[in-house]
Amino acid sequence: MNDVRPMIEVRGARKFFGPLEVLKGIDFSVARGQIVAVIGPSGSGKSTLLRSINHLETLDGGEVWLDGVQVNQKLDRRAFERHINRVRQQMGMVFQHFNLFPHLSVLENITIAPIKLKGMPKAEARTLALKMLDKVGLADKIDAFPARLSGGQKQRVAIARALAMQPKVMLFDEATSALDPELVDEVNLVMKQLAAEHMTMVIVTHEMRFAAEVADRVIFMADGAVVEEGKPEDLFRNPTQERTRGFLKKFLNG
Amino acid sequence: MQGLDFSIVPEYWPLIGKGLWWTVVISMASAVLSVIAGIGFALLVLYASPVVRYPLRLFMWLFMGTPLLLQLFLIYFGLVQIGIDIPAIWSGIIGLSLHFAVYNADIFRAGIASLDKGQTEAARSLGFGAWRTRFYIVVPQAVRNTVPAIGNMMIALLKESSIVSMIGIAELVHSAQLVISETYRPFEFYLTAAALYYILNLVLEAVLRGIERKVELSR
Repeated sequence: MNDVRPMIEVRGARKFFGPLEVLKGIDFSVARGQIVAVIGPSGSGKSTLLRSINHLETLDGGEVWLDGVQVNQKLDRRAFERHINRVRQQMGMVFQHFNLFPHLSVLENITIAPIKLKGMPKAEARTLALKMLDKVGLADKIDAFPARLSGGQKQRVAIARALAMQPKVMLFDEATSALDPELVDEVNLVMKQLAAEHMTMVIVTHEMRFAAEVADRVIFMADGAVVEEGKPEDLFRNPTQERTRGFLKKFLNG
Repeated sequence: MQGLDFSIVPEYWPLIGKGLWWTVVISMASAVLSVIAGIGFALLVLYASPVVRYPLRLFMWLFMGTPLLLQLFLIYFGLVQIGIDIPAIWSGIIGLSLHFAVYNADIFRAGIASLDKGQTEAARSLGFGAWRTRFYIVVPQAVRNTVPAIGNMMIALLKESSIVSMIGIAELVHSAQLVISETYRPFEFYLTAAALYYILNLVLEAVLRGIERKVELSR
């Protein structure tokens, strides 16, 4: 029973920014261990969709579920705050601009949440941080401050920080878009490694090649709606929708 | 005409030294309290419910718009009338603290507002609640970013602390005045007091530079 329940389920997601409808009733689900890439032009709503999964954006309609628990359930303010904090601990989020805490060392960036939110002893948290840093290949940077790291290193630390909460899913919001081209690969490599470990992931990306390589399923969005979705080999080689063909053509030429 | 003669200064050092001591004590206590209260005011002005926020803003606006001297008089002489008798030394510390807390609050508020909202989002996405995010992520960064501006306020506070002499606290200026009333040598003793303020400020500036350097290292 548990195995067929989707890890993430979004039903009829609607969102307005003022009069502009940025999500026009989106449905999609992600199975346990599945990797879904979301592609589409700027302003298609793909980032908003991702951010609404962990409630950084509040939906105006529809439901979001994580592993059988409704994320955006109706509760009074205090109860919801407690609920959402619990839910967010189970979702790792990686941002375009890394958002590392500049006043904390790499170690503290990774351990602050496990220590303060889970009550993990400091020594144990340090061991965990080392393990996560090892995973992203930055164990030697444990005492560095974020300002001393390259963009690629910052993003790898940000991934380690999210992983340290041992989340059920990882959400990537254009994780490599702010990086110099030569630093993209090191971050992609870490994401591929997570994929190999069967981490459930939703990846919003501009990199078609990477999406094709890593995703089990690709969703193409435009104007706040899902235009087409399917296996990467189908969607990239034989898109059925004119809109998808246009987008991919521009990308492959550009 | 009387010539200048600084040789009489050492004779009155015990009194001057005591004044210097009280200036240091009052300034340090007020500096610490004004920073803590400044952070508290800034958080309340930004995040508290309107019932708290608007009266506080009015209070801050009144404190910014009136002279410190008048505030001290109100606290020390005025409150007695409604049965609140605060000793002079505490009146001085409370007055200075509140006066500078209001300015510090404005600096911290701007410091908090200028933080990238990605910082808050990152903390929230890890599962930190709103207040924990402020406590662990927002305030520490705002404090670091505002060290130079707050430092300037503390230098001003040290100098303005001389105003508490007006409610009879025997700090540096008041001690100098006492000595002058005995010796009739205003120039020597006011100059001595001025030199001591200057030295205190040199020390304070060195401390502030040390803090700034330490903050810079972690950027």
